[in-house]
Amino acid sequence: MKVRFLYSEDCPSHEEALRRLRNVLEEERVAPDLEIVRVDTLEEAEKERFPGSPTIMVDGHDICPTQNSHYAPACRAYVLEDGRVSPLPSVAMIRDAIRAAKENLKSTVKNR
Amino acid sequence: MAKLRIGAKALPFNLPGVDGTNHSLEGYSGKDAVVVIFSCNHCPYVRAWEDRMVKIQRDYASSGVQLVAINANDAAKYPEDSFPNMKERAREKHFNFPYLHDERQEVARAYGAERTPEVFLFDKTASLRYHGVIDDNYDDPTAVKVNYLRDALDAVLSGTPPETMETKPVGCSIKWK
Repeated sequence: MKVRFLYSEDCPSHEEALRRLRNVLEEERVAPDLEIVRVDTLEEAEKERFPGSPTIMVDGHDICPTQNSHYAPACRAYVLEDGRVSPLPSVAMIRDAIRAAKENLKSTVKNR
Repeated sequence: MAKLRIGAKALPFNLPGVDGTNHSLEGYSGKDAVVVIFSCNHCPYVRAWEDRMVKIQRDYASSGVQLVAINANDAAKYPEDSFPNMKERAREKHFNFPYLHDERQEVARAYGAERTPEVFLFDKTASLRYHGVIDDNYDDPTAVKVNYLRDALDAVLSGTPPETMETKPVGCSIKWK
């Protein structure tokens, strides 16, 4: 499994988001190839197609797909399960994405 | 940290609001407290806190408190923060306070604001009495332990200095041109 954690230093939520991600990986007993990518400029944001900080990609998929095509080193808004807006993805969002990737891996191995 | 120090006088402004009129600091000279909040549209911290801003204005309006939100972000780089989008946000969220556009970023620079949201609370003599965050939990309004702005407002309205006069603003950086 490949996990990319993209963040902007300017946005203060990234430390807590990374802590949540690491906790979920530990709980799910997954040791992915974890890449941490810092995005600080508009050019870097466009290159990475970065919709805001923090962004977590699991096997190439955003854990919370967005229609936002404005790429910038800004904080990202997550709409939580209860409708609130937060600068952080919820633990459930991260967990669901990791579990889905685990299932995909299992079925890929099975079908070989 | 903000350029404006506790005890300093509020700096004048005259900015267009989403209601189609200009708003100046002078226009609120009869108020017992004025809360200037540097804010914007795109920032998730603002969005997490903005219902609480509406509630604070509602709860304190009858005590002579006026909230004023000012957006200084560069809309060229962050289109969500454009003036038309500010109008839309104010309508959507039923803002009960003026939402002003500091397009030239002069007011934000003069105040030394760095984040959104960032609060400057002035008393009836226009002296800065509190600067910083709204409360201690952007993520969960039900888990707030310290209501810094409300506590400071209560103190200012009763003529005493707030117990906490300054906290570190938490939020998105202001997007300078």
